Amino acid sequence: MKHRPWLTVVATVAALALVASACSNDDPAPSGGTDSETAAVDEFGTVEIGPDDPINVGVAQVISGADAALGQDQVNGIELALDYLDGKFDQTPGTLLGHQIELAIEDEGCTAEGGQAAATALAADPSIVGVLGTSCSSAALGVGDTILGEKGILLFSGSNTNPALTSEEAHQPFYARTAHNDRIQGAIVAEYALNEQGATKLATIHDESPYTQGLTAAAAVNFEAGDGTVTAQEQINSEDTDFKPVLRSIAEGDPDVLYAPVFVAACSLILKQAVEIMPDVTIMASDGCMSSDTIKNAGDAVNGVFLSSPDISVFQKGDFYSNEFLPAYQDQFGSAPTSVFHAHSFDATNVLFDAIEQVAVENDDGSLSIPRTALRDAVFATSGYEGLTGIITCTELGDCATDVTIGVFEGPNWPVDGGAKPDTPVYSDTKSLEDVL
Amino acid sequence: MSSSGSAQPVDARLSGFATLPWRRIILVVLGATIAFVVIAGAYKTLTLPGDERFSGDFWVDQIVNGLGQGAILALIALGYTLVYGILRMINFAHGEVFMAGAFISFFFADAYVKSGFLNSNTYLALTILLIVSIAGSTLVAVLLERIAYRRLRNAPRLVPLITAIGASLFIQSAFRGFFGPQPRGYPLPTLLEGSVVLAGISVAKVQLLVFITAIVAMVALQLFVNRSRTGRSMRAVAADSEIASLMGINVDRVVVITFIVGGILAGIAGLLFALAFTQVVFTMGFRPGIAAFTAAVLGGIGSIGGAALGGFVIGLLQAVGPSLFLKGFGVPSENSLRDVFVFLVLILVLVFRPGGLLGTGDAEKV
Repeated sequence: MKHRPWLTVVATVAALALVASACSNDDPAPSGGTDSETAAVDEFGTVEIGPDDPINVGVAQVISGADAALGQDQVNGIELALDYLDGKFDQTPGTLLGHQIELAIEDEGCTAEGGQAAATALAADPSIVGVLGTSCSSAALGVGDTILGEKGILLFSGSNTNPALTSEEAHQPFYARTAHNDRIQGAIVAEYALNEQGATKLATIHDESPYTQGLTAAAAVNFEAGDGTVTAQEQINSEDTDFKPVLRSIAEGDPDVLYAPVFVAACSLILKQAVEIMPDVTIMASDGCMSSDTIKNAGDAVNGVFLSSPDISVFQKGDFYSNEFLPAYQDQFGSAPTSVFHAHSFDATNVLFDAIEQVAVENDDGSLSIPRTALRDAVFATSGYEGLTGIITCTELGDCATDVTIGVFEGPNWPVDGGAKPDTPVYSDTKSLEDVL
Repeated sequence: MSSSGSAQPVDARLSGFATLPWRRIILVVLGATIAFVVIAGAYKTLTLPGDERFSGDFWVDQIVNGLGQGAILALIALGYTLVYGILRMINFAHGEVFMAGAFISFFFADAYVKSGFLNSNTYLALTILLIVSIAGSTLVAVLLERIAYRRLRNAPRLVPLITAIGASLFIQSAFRGFFGPQPRGYPLPTLLEGSVVLAGISVAKVQLLVFITAIVAMVALQLFVNRSRTGRSMRAVAADSEIASLMGINVDRVVVITFIVGGILAGIAGLLFALAFTQVVFTMGFRPGIAAFTAAVLGGIGSIGGAALGGFVIGLLQAVGPSLFLKGFGVPSENSLRDVFVFLVLILVLVFRPGGLLGTGDAEKV
């Protein structure tokens, strides 16, 4: 006994740490939801901008690491919105009320810790009018939305899709988004599995991120509401490599469809391992897996895999998007968009600029005063705004994309670089938040 | 733990803690609780009502998979145990040594599959990949020893431990910096696709290759350590490095050879891992590294047979454990708890056999 007590101690601590980390995924349950919109108009003060000073807008996106493509695409969308302030894409930013716009870009790393660091840095700068971001729900939920909300700084996201962010329980009063709510995406996945695949049994896999948890939960609820059975709702660790044990145990429940909306690394592995273990089961995933890397890594295993994603063909049909926006994007950044959310961030930026124009008080010396609460209220009052992504009408809980079109794409015909043509969805449906559970 | 001088202060501090009576009581109660969970859970799982019970095929598949995973873990665990046996230090960067081999061989594999060489000359290509992977891992292991550890050999124990963690982070960041953060698909030769039926059990060809290669490597290591002249010096240094050096053994050389052997095994494991999971990424060394370290401790750190046994036990526990012991209690998403489960079993073993399964406390090293 006396030889190696420290090993026991180390092992105990490690086990407890793992238990703690497994439990910490439950529900961040931020203490938000207070009715600060009813509070006094200038509860959070006013941003004063000197006559020759720029208007500072924060940007919190993931611009490094594995998910950088998601954030960089949105930064590009935001820069195009700046460019278009003068009504044309000419690579020279326009002005708002006679002031330049200056972006303060922070990296949120697609993690809660990164979201905290970025939000803290931006919240410390009193000249920041609003923040465009975050890229990932994990960086916003209970972190970015709370830290900025406490300072009365609007956080406006073009790609957060986790349902909790705009739920009654967790919504922070200064949080809004132009991205779709995954309650809609989950419902359309369930609808596709039930009606188009004729499935009666569904199994789901999620990882530790709020994005995947929100999607699988929404899909499972809607699937059961359609008289389907959910045979398993398994959790994995996104850094694992051997998913065969969990897949093998899911296979015992004999599902018709496996829905695993995890991110690229785990997704490619699951696709490959599922082909071996459950060749007859239809695999579905979502936009987190939709990437050229998945096609490269998983090879033939992507064939017949159904991915749900915002149906960009809807806004690609718009003349402005295809004739002006897209060429300008390619001119300025030298490549085609790497995700769909540049459009959502372009819209968010323009809605924010419109709101600034509405509420800013222009003083005689050319300086501006922007009251924070009024700015937030103006954004939340947006109704019937015609954006790139469709009509934008914000709800009280900050969901501004109300009618969302989700497409289902059959692999390898995915709308990404390296996917086969035609990359049109095999199924597409539009729903609003009232239609779904 | 050890008889070497540098370990004394740590032992002395902890032995006061060890003699407190409640410690043993708590550990025994903890052990009994875990043992109860294991036995009751297995009973409940195996007696679940018909439609919920797992099929026989299920258990066979999980065991085959667990053995394949265990073989890779065993190879990595041998690297931990060899270095511990010789230097009494835990080389936490060993997971990165493993990653380096797999990652570097990826570039060759990718080129070979594009030129068609991988499928036209599969055996030759796999041999080259094996050599590249071994070379990559060995190079990183030797550089680690030379740059990060050699000067600290007589420093207090915690110093090389912290250095090892730093080296681990450094190697990960370096690979991310050089080669990018995205996961890359490792090509699998068509010859290795599909499965074969052995004694009525369907086994993926890759799993079979993994298993056989790992066993051959372990037997070779055993022969090397027990029969060769160099192996004898390794055992001598493990027993007492000062006396060994007085007897004319070049300790520096033995330490380098130990790192080379550990690197070779990690390189083999890296290639097998890449073929089994067909994906490499700069973070891939971390989790297998932790699991393999656990395996080395479980088997009795410093013991070669123990590391091999520990690897297989951990591999099997990860594959079978959650379903067998937790399903019966109706634990939701039991597979996500597999690491917790592995550590619980580790605690159980260490409570009753502090030296690990095959370790005897301090007698057997390398």
